[in-house]
Amino acid sequence: MKKIINFIMLALGIFLQGNAQVTNPVNGVADNRSGYYIFTGATIITQAGTQLNNASLLIKEGKIMDVGSQVKIPADAIVVDCKGKYIYPSFIDLFSDYGMEALNPTQRGFNYGAPTQFTSSKAGPYNWNQSIKPEVNAVETFSVNADKAAQLRQSGFGVVNTIQKDGIARGTSALVALANKKENLVIIKDKASAEYSFNKGTSTQSYPTSLMGSIALLRQTFLDANWYKNLPASKKNEEGLNLSLQAWNDHLQLPQIFDASDKWNCLRADKIGDEFGVSFILKAGGNEYQRMAEMKASQAAFILPLNFPQAMDVEDPNEERFVALAELKHWDMAPTNPSAFEKAGILFCITPDGLKDAKSFFSNLRKALDNGLSEDMALNALTRIPAQLLNAYNEIGSIAAGKYANFIITDGPVFSDKTNILQNWVLGEQYSDGPNELNEVSGKYQVNVPGKTFMLDVKNNNSANIISKDTLAAKFKFSNTLVSLQFSESKRSRSGYRLSGAAWGTKWTGTGTDSSGKTFSWTAEYTGPLQEIADTSQKKKMLSSSKLTYPNMAYGWQTLPQPEDILIKNATLWTNENEGVLQQTDIFIKNGKIAAIGKHLPAGNAKQIDATGMHVTPGIIDEHSHIAAAAINEGGQSVTSEVRIADVINPDDINIYRQLSGGVTTSHILHGSANTIGGQTQLIKLRWGQDAEGLKFKGADPFIKFALGENVKRTTSQNNNRFPDTRMGVQQVQMDAFTRAKDYETALKGPNGKWVRPDLELDALVEIMNGKRFITCHSYVQSEIVETMRIAEKFGFKINTFTHILEGYKVADKLKAHGANASTFSDWWAYKMEVQDAIPYNAGIMHKAGLNVAINSDDAEMARRLNQEAAKIIKYSGITEEEALKMVTLNPAKMLHIDKQVGSLKVGKDADIVIWNNNPLSIYAVAQTTIVDGVIYFNRQNDLLERASIEKERTRLVHKMLQEKKSGSPTMPAMPSYREMNVCSDHFHQHGLLIEDVE
Amino acid sequence: MKKIFLIYVSLFLIIHLAGGQDNISPAPPQTKDILIKNGTLHVGNGQVLNNSSILVKNGKIAAIGNDLKNDNARVIDATGKQVYPALIAAATIIGLREITGSVRGTNDYRELGELNPNVRSIVSYNTDSKIINVLRSNGILIANIIPQGSLLMGTSSVVQFDAWNWEDAAYKMDAGIHINFPGLLMRSRRFRQNSATGDQQKEAMDKVEMLRNFFKEAKAYLAEKNHVATNLKFEAVKGLYDKSQKLYIHCDIVKEMLVAIDFAKTFGFDVVIVGGSESWRIADLLKQNGIAVILQQLHALPTLDDDDVDQPFKTPYLLKKAGVLFCLNDDDGNTTGRNLAFNAGTAAAYGLNKEEALQAITLDAAKILGIADKTGSLETGKDANIVISTGDILDMESSVITHAFIQGREINLVDKHKQLNEKYERKYGIQ
Repeated sequence: MKKIINFIMLALGIFLQGNAQVTNPVNGVADNRSGYYIFTGATIITQAGTQLNNASLLIKEGKIMDVGSQVKIPADAIVVDCKGKYIYPSFIDLFSDYGMEALNPTQRGFNYGAPTQFTSSKAGPYNWNQSIKPEVNAVETFSVNADKAAQLRQSGFGVVNTIQKDGIARGTSALVALANKKENLVIIKDKASAEYSFNKGTSTQSYPTSLMGSIALLRQTFLDANWYKNLPASKKNEEGLNLSLQAWNDHLQLPQIFDASDKWNCLRADKIGDEFGVSFILKAGGNEYQRMAEMKASQAAFILPLNFPQAMDVEDPNEERFVALAELKHWDMAPTNPSAFEKAGILFCITPDGLKDAKSFFSNLRKALDNGLSEDMALNALTRIPAQLLNAYNEIGSIAAGKYANFIITDGPVFSDKTNILQNWVLGEQYSDGPNELNEVSGKYQVNVPGKTFMLDVKNNNSANIISKDTLAAKFKFSNTLVSLQFSESKRSRSGYRLSGAAWGTKWTGTGTDSSGKTFSWTAEYTGPLQEIADTSQKKKMLSSSKLTYPNMAYGWQTLPQPEDILIKNATLWTNENEGVLQQTDIFIKNGKIAAIGKHLPAGNAKQIDATGMHVTPGIIDEHSHIAAAAINEGGQSVTSEVRIADVINPDDINIYRQLSGGVTTSHILHGSANTIGGQTQLIKLRWGQDAEGLKFKGADPFIKFALGENVKRTTSQNNNRFPDTRMGVQQVQMDAFTRAKDYETALKGPNGKWVRPDLELDALVEIMNGKRFITCHSYVQSEIVETMRIAEKFGFKINTFTHILEGYKVADKLKAHGANASTFSDWWAYKMEVQDAIPYNAGIMHKAGLNVAINSDDAEMARRLNQEAAKIIKYSGITEEEALKMVTLNPAKMLHIDKQVGSLKVGKDADIVIWNNNPLSIYAVAQTTIVDGVIYFNRQNDLLERASIEKERTRLVHKMLQEKKSGSPTMPAMPSYREMNVCSDHFHQHGLLIEDVE
Repeated sequence: MKKIFLIYVSLFLIIHLAGGQDNISPAPPQTKDILIKNGTLHVGNGQVLNNSSILVKNGKIAAIGNDLKNDNARVIDATGKQVYPALIAAATIIGLREITGSVRGTNDYRELGELNPNVRSIVSYNTDSKIINVLRSNGILIANIIPQGSLLMGTSSVVQFDAWNWEDAAYKMDAGIHINFPGLLMRSRRFRQNSATGDQQKEAMDKVEMLRNFFKEAKAYLAEKNHVATNLKFEAVKGLYDKSQKLYIHCDIVKEMLVAIDFAKTFGFDVVIVGGSESWRIADLLKQNGIAVILQQLHALPTLDDDDVDQPFKTPYLLKKAGVLFCLNDDDGNTTGRNLAFNAGTAAAYGLNKEEALQAITLDAAKILGIADKTGSLETGKDANIVISTGDILDMESSVITHAFIQGREINLVDKHKQLNEKYERKYGIQ
């Protein structure tokens, strides 16, 4: 009885207790209460690993007063009996947008088809870029949302760190409690963290259009903010008032949260942080388990989502066909992500962000627990750690005197699948949002109606069985002391009873009607507890059983291959050196280098490859490639020399492996051709399986991509408003950029140099003028080629390479005089106006005119056949086989300034080597083995084994998904695994069904 | 002054003639017999005849043998050379578009509307396209010109590449009806919004149903000779029912191909699949049902990350093994299809033998296009459509075409590219 009265009072308390802040005027009579409660007899987990049995928790005025087994019950405290119940600190989500205005769905942000928007459309003294809005404070727009709060409380949350998830610099978050009170009273910290992302969100401004641009913008803003801060008063007028930069600076001492949401993006964000001395807390994407060594090395703290992918419906084999192993494996392995972090000893917390449905929070958390996450770690990740990361552990994050009274009451251990959250107390107020209540009734009751008695097994407030001839489910509801009960006497019986009444302690009484319509009174008596029925239905745990590979997809390595000592015997060696082609010769590889070339070399302990009848060449070097990058074009402006492909290398691109199968060992990853001055390029070696840093070609000169002609003047756009629109304008963009760079350099060296705004865009151009960075320039027609050389000469440098350069044959003499290299296609033409005069004799003429000529791909497909492309120059221009081979090996090495390391077979050079089954210039040549730095990254025999294991692994995982569907779990339709392919020329051949060209 | 003017005029003429190709005339009909002597003959059906000769008379192959003699004939010494039947591009839009990308004025290949069987490619085929001469230089002398579109795309015709106008060019007129099959492959997120109802596969199958109804109604209509209202669309597909036309269904994935086979069964049409990148997965079914395949693009990436790295390259071998009639096409818009022979060469590097690879761009292409009675192989009685190369035509290193004949006419192998090459070799004094 007492229990029930307590309950009523508590329920009323919600409505009556003061929602007013002190300054609010009172309308009527004041009703101040202290919210003084003691919870007794509970199992209290004050923090992970600390459990108090039969303990009490005392709270008052929204704070915890005391906790322990010796707490005295004050006379004026309301006693809540929690026998058999558990009390935990409530959960904290660091990555929420609770109480924020929903982003307008019509506000799609940037539109590729629309005219360029060059500056921010936000009025006021703010940053030039609309996606940089550190001045926005979530606390100013926050409003309590009772429905959302209830949903979160049902999942055990009591406090969230909230912000509008929009923009690259998102401003500050607010740490708020999930209480239904006036905003003033629920804010725990008003500026709890500063948040960032790579996604410009609803910004309608064009720049940045790419991940690369986002990274560059963050970098530049760090520099801008620092410059702005240090400007002397006399110089302040240069920028005027910039509230964004001011806010940026003010917020640097807050915890910094970065919404990365992908394993590689985590590393990208961390790297920017390192550059500017900021430790970002990284919001992960759920695929980080694939690269734990890198995550660990970042030394960052993480916010982990539980957004494990749903199983796909793979019943139709013709739909399953298009789902890649990468996606199947990720489905299986994603629940291991949290435990991987725990094993690696990385600090992390957990967020429900990204879950389609709040209810899946606990089921997904249990999947993570099943897959190795410890319960203590889970609890820490939901309570202590998020509190500590926001420097709020003095207020929240555990049950301890002095902290906010934020806790949950459950009917069992919180992570058990049978446990229900009964109450969630926030700031000392109770919420019962779920179907389960603290005061559940249960037990055996004897129901007395006139002339009959029935036994009733009450399971909980909403479920009971009537026991007579049969055991039948009754319609039963118990709520706030009111009981209603309807049942039939037996299965076939038409007669039944409808009863309604109230509970007076353990006795229920009321009135009822039977099937004849007669009215009567009834009673029910508690006779004892229900017998526990052992639950034998062991729910099958979904355990991951996949092996991680690098990358975690088809053809990934279980362990990364290591350099070996290799003796390749009795081969035809195409040296690219004065020796020419050597017959029946051996080549010895040691420590990743070519150690010896000769006949009958001793093998020692080296691995031996018999290459009798085979041909060995240096690895192919592709001067113009767009593989292995998460972004290619920053098209938001005509000059974007600040963006760097190095920032967006994507090691998971299957085209790395495919190109190895075509004998490629080095690729120059270029920015696209969307603008006159594009981005900084990155040279990589195709070390399949390595991470982004591991792919980079160490010690190579830095390059940058320029472009001319139709792409940069945006011929295909119907509404171009971006300067330039003609080749005349292109020339002026170049002229202007280098003029500004020159002035910038002078100013930097001048007396006021330290007050000059550091400009990453101009820095790169200064590097070019000082011979520290080199240009590869996308070009087609003769006029633009000549014009660009003249600009370079005017500013005292050379164009290192003209790439594409399909009209190079028209100005070969001028190119020669300037000293440029030429990297071209063998036989492309007629795909746009500016290649009307492209001819397959171009490479041959330029070669004969004395230029250093390479053949490149610009195409992930053709790159696998660059030897064939080189051979076409023999057909069209009659050059020798050796000259042709050099066009895809030594010549590109020279133009990339790496011919000291690669490009020929010479003792001391990198062991980047291909073994072919035929003359490499023949169309019948198939690469058998491709070696990079002495490591065998591709080999036909191994490839065959891989194919078999891919099939086996697919079969296993598909079967597992089918089981998942059978067991009744929800599934989503099988989605084809589309892959994006970046190109910078206009492409007009189908690369494959699942390839999407992107610019 | 006059002198200077003349210099200008002649300068202009030289540049103009060298820069363009307006002086490359179609050859006149064959009047004199031609004897191609002592070459290595690649017949096109798998056979190789060493040290053999071909006698060409009145545009036809009159005789093939070891010791052919004809005192009146013009003799072409093919000693040490390779002789091939003309290569056939089985699915192109040559002559309907001059520049691949974004120059609307040059586009004559895609008509508006969903049901356009009556739209005929042949009437806008431009015999003066600069692309034609470039393809001839690589041995391609015959092509099937296909109109593009959204569903029932139109009627294709086969042309030969040496003509004054489209009527001269027509080699087999209006012989194919083409369907761009509604895609059953679930689109990626980026493009899914193109679906009106969100159920893309159902929308596709609704369109298939629309096609089925079209062919049902056409059949009924064609059973009656007299009509109050003539239906040009129905009239255009008449040949499908008596098999004087073939139905080409452009599709790639298994489900689409299965429906295509059903069309063949339901209506008794001769069905050819164009595209067929996934055809290797149902090679046995294609064989059983007598469905031929035009593989659009051998030089492509595998469909899925997981696929064998050489999958597209070895697809011809897998079809061959299963006994499917197929041919290869070169759909590459960056090179306008000039690499047809090298697509076949790659197929030879990955399983086919060289003669099988050749057959896939000659005789089998002719069979599929319904012109094997006239061309596709070096056999007596067929049109003298012949290519002579210094070496293996499938291998770029040695594939240099020295002579080409269409219906016995020796065609001019000059093209714009060669002209520009000469012009600039002259400039730099390159020999």
